[in-house]
Amino acid sequence: MANATDNSTKRNGPKLPVLEREKLILNGRSYHWITDRICGVIEKPQPALWWFLFIPCAIIAAIGVVGGLSYLVSAGVGVWGNTNRTMWGWPIVNFVFWIGIGHAGTLISAILFLTRQNWRTSINRAAEAMTIFAVMCAGIFPAFHVGRVWMAWYLAPIPNANAIWQNFKSPLLWDVFAVSTYFTISLIFWYLGMVPDLATIRDRAKGIRKKIYGIFSLGWRGSNRHWTHYEVAYLLLAAISTPLVLSVHSIVSFDFATSVVPGWHTTIFPPYFVAGAIFGGFAMVLTIMIPARFIYGLQDMITMKHIDNMAKIILLTGTIVGYAYLMELFIAFYGGAKYEIAAFKYRLTGPYWLSYVLMMSFNVLSPQIFWFRKMRENLWVVMAVCMCVNMGMWFERYVIIVTTLPRTWLPGMWKAYSPSAVDVMTFVGTIGMFLTLFLLFLRFLPCINIAEVKWTLDESDPHHEDKEEINDEGAVSESAYQHELDNQAPKA
Amino acid sequence: MSTQTKQVYGYLAEFKNASQLYKAAEKVRDAGFTKWDCYSSFPIHGLDKAMGMKKSILPKFVFVGGLTGFCTAVTLAYVTQVAIYPTIVQAKPANIFTLPAFFPIMFELTILLSGFTTLFGLLGLMGLPRLNHPLFESEQFARATDDGFFIAIEAKDAKFKAQETKGFLEEIGGQNLELIEDKKN
Repeated sequence: MANATDNSTKRNGPKLPVLEREKLILNGRSYHWITDRICGVIEKPQPALWWFLFIPCAIIAAIGVVGGLSYLVSAGVGVWGNTNRTMWGWPIVNFVFWIGIGHAGTLISAILFLTRQNWRTSINRAAEAMTIFAVMCAGIFPAFHVGRVWMAWYLAPIPNANAIWQNFKSPLLWDVFAVSTYFTISLIFWYLGMVPDLATIRDRAKGIRKKIYGIFSLGWRGSNRHWTHYEVAYLLLAAISTPLVLSVHSIVSFDFATSVVPGWHTTIFPPYFVAGAIFGGFAMVLTIMIPARFIYGLQDMITMKHIDNMAKIILLTGTIVGYAYLMELFIAFYGGAKYEIAAFKYRLTGPYWLSYVLMMSFNVLSPQIFWFRKMRENLWVVMAVCMCVNMGMWFERYVIIVTTLPRTWLPGMWKAYSPSAVDVMTFVGTIGMFLTLFLLFLRFLPCINIAEVKWTLDESDPHHEDKEEINDEGAVSESAYQHELDNQAPKA
Repeated sequence: MSTQTKQVYGYLAEFKNASQLYKAAEKVRDAGFTKWDCYSSFPIHGLDKAMGMKKSILPKFVFVGGLTGFCTAVTLAYVTQVAIYPTIVQAKPANIFTLPAFFPIMFELTILLSGFTTLFGLLGLMGLPRLNHPLFESEQFARATDDGFFIAIEAKDAKFKAQETKGFLEEIGGQNLELIEDKKN
């Protein structure tokens, strides 16, 4: 019996090199440095580049979204390229594209929180903001796609003038519930997570800014009697957001999968859509965070480790998406249903073959480069792959909708589809709107979760001082990413 | 003519770091104070225990909220589609076997109402939002949301005695002691 205790105090393992866990915050930054750097982003005047990006984006948003939709409302939904056959067309392609982008934000904020992935703390705020803005862009399309936007309230569960209720058995109504719930919960999650940081800004601000941030920080004072409830609330929101995010894109995929249209009627759709959404969303997070990190000097908080982890997730989900594409294709031919085979032949060899090829190469082939560590560390390569994935994911939805609907059961109804100028204008407008909102977010709100980043520092553990060094005799400590620390001179 | 009368809110003391705050909190708890609090810019692991606090009851609220959402969804979908106005679409049944088609709605409303209960339950339990607090009168307290670690013992506490409490806070390692007064017009 005594031997057992003896053995536990003495460690006689093989003498292997031990990789040190790399630090989430580099260069041993203090609490005050973290506060100062993140609040500095919104307190100092914006760099010229911010204005160079903001002004064109705002103009594009105004022309594309405000102008395009005003024209649509005044002239009628016929200004879009939609036809009787391809009734979904670009608007629903764009809807699915944007709603998918949002999923990475919730994955980072909720699923990585539940799985105790502390590296999420540096990126979750911006990713959640991205979710909110992407869902706002997404919401525009179905609302206007109903034709008469002033009748969009028919989507809400209220009986119409004849006392007829909505069809609760329809995936389209499920979608209304899923997307609106998703938006509401994401907003609550984002805002609650921001309250302590808004209080930090309040306590540094003066005059009218202090009043405005004061109102939005709800009188937060960092009290531990508040933190205890707050942490439980955050955990609960993470716990309900996790199944929610998986349900949203599953339900979006039901819009397709529950129909009897060849090419859509497959059971693989829900997991395939969810993987694709996470894949596309992570690419978008990197697309906007890599430039932001440089512009605002946040390299010590959004480190190469964060980018590396996200690149790995892109590789994983991209490969899952590739598997789904191939499996869908295989089953179409293996299943032997002639309409299904015809649909896939049309996708591969019909007039829209190029979009299929682009989808395959952007989504499946381009992320494979992330198998190589050197490539994950080269930010130009990472950015290039992310841009490919952004485009590839749009083409995926284009392939699903536009290569399927022009040709279904009745040859008499076959009709080619091409988008109109207003289609393009509205879509480009939403890209402008997304970037405008994101730039405003960087300008006015803390882009990194200050409280959570502080929490990840070693000295935030109250037992930090009491911990004794466990001496693993003979083991050689090697700091991971040391080469990056060596290359990067500490910034003031 | 309003004369300002001041009421003592309590004593505020700063501590050097998270572990100092943790150790001090244990001592304040053991001294038997009840109306006091720790302040930090991030949640400190284990501090709840050091302060002798109970677990949050928020999950119970949220369970009730989620259940309400679920029942609302069942009622909304089942009553309107089956009981009041049986709607037959694509020859699908309008009876008890229709229930699986309502699962997504039940799920979403459960989540939605749970989320709202979390938000409003949390605000209720915290007693927020409020526009002001006596502690905001203290200049050093602004650092509670930056890099400061504070303990404040309220005058309302039965054990509070101005000089003794001040001495006690100093004894357990508190620095920059400050008497906080609540301004009342």
